[in-house]
Amino acid sequence: MSIFSFFTRTRSAPVARDRLQILLAHERALSGRADLAAILREEILAVIAKHVAIDRDRVNVKLERGDHVSTLEVNVEMLDEAKAKAG
Amino acid sequence: MSKVVVVTSGKGGVGKTTSSASLGAALAQTGQNVVLIDFDVGLRNLDLVMGAERRVVFDLVNVVQGDAKLPQALIRDKRIETLSLLPASQTRDKDALTEEGVLGVINELRAKFDWIICDSPAGIEKGAQLAMRFADMAVVVTNPEVSSVRDSDRIIGMLDSKTLRAENGEHFEKHLLLTRYNAARAAKGEMLNVKDVLEILAIPLLGIVPESADVLNASNLGCPVTLHNPESAAAKAYADAAKRLRGEMLEIVEPVEKKGLIGRLFGRKAAVA
Ligand SMILES: Nc1ncnc2c1ncn2[C@@H]1O[C@H](COP(=O)(O)OP(=O)(O)OP(=O)(O)O)[C@@H](O)[C@H]1O
Ligand SMILES: [Mg+2]
Repeated sequence: MSIFSFFTRTRSAPVARDRLQILLAHERALSGRADLAAILREEILAVIAKHVAIDRDRVNVKLERGDHVSTLEVNVEMLDEAKAKAG
Repeated sequence: MSKVVVVTSGKGGVGKTTSSASLGAALAQTGQNVVLIDFDVGLRNLDLVMGAERRVVFDLVNVVQGDAKLPQALIRDKRIETLSLLPASQTRDKDALTEEGVLGVINELRAKFDWIICDSPAGIEKGAQLAMRFADMAVVVTNPEVSSVRDSDRIIGMLDSKTLRAENGEHFEKHLLLTRYNAARAAKGEMLNVKDVLEILAIPLLGIVPESADVLNASNLGCPVTLHNPESAAAKAYADAAKRLRGEMLEIVEPVEKKGLIGRLFGRKAAVA
């Protein structure tokens, strides 16, 4: 280990958090105790995956509950070949 | 009304036994009548952590199987009058405990104690399920580390489906106890921080116990840390957690990193890099 690795050490915790969030949403959905966002995520994913190639890790589903309106935000990053096909 | 608390985690070695002993001692130190039950049949350790290993005569399996009466098996702590222990047996027979047997023991204990703290074995099999089955609430012990968080999530799912309360459609109260927390590493982004774990597991926080040599020392001596070294950060964390269990609203202070000279010079830079 060089002296520089001390400064350039990557921060692994954010990666751990993201991996866990994805994994647990999936596991909760499978075990049937999913929260609404996880159920929506799985079902929306299934529909999209029927038509275009997607990377399951690059999907973000956010459910924001407000007093009057709740919003569902879905972000799906398509793979390059999928983009080509669609566009 | 007595409370049955299961201390559980899924993953092994995260601090269930240590936390059962420390929380139980902390509750008893405030005058509550507390009994600790070791559910880790075949791998009992609570007796050792409590310094009672040479006083075990009868155990939970003996009581469940009718070979001993409950009062014969209970070990009264020599330091705290209101604290007792019901040890696990060292039998290898996995079916030594039955659901009816455990229910009988818990009902008998309810008449005598304010708190019945069940130290669960690791895993999600029968032993862990029996430890949680009749609980009123759970303390989910988690380390800030991926596999521990994942297993805690699994256990939370089981608490919400496999406990008697959950089966009866009642809400099952769960509290997160984050243990072996290293504030310096969390601050540097090398370890999941409190916010990360809370966001993922989404259950209320009971306390944060720092990684500490005081805990190891206390175990070595067979004395819960709240009794052996009450001024230590770990003991204070457990004492506060015990108060929160009793319903006190105490602010949770996140441990801060104590930087050494090197840390002071480079810590900030390292965290940004
Ligand atoms: N806050 C802490 N700081 C340092 N060491 C700790 C801390 N908490 C627990 N330990 C140590 O971690 C080890 C495992 O703890 P413990 O036996 O309580 O875990 P457990 O979850 O009951 O394990 P098992 O799943 O095998 O029953 C022990 O050596 C204990 O002393
Ligand atoms: Mg244990």
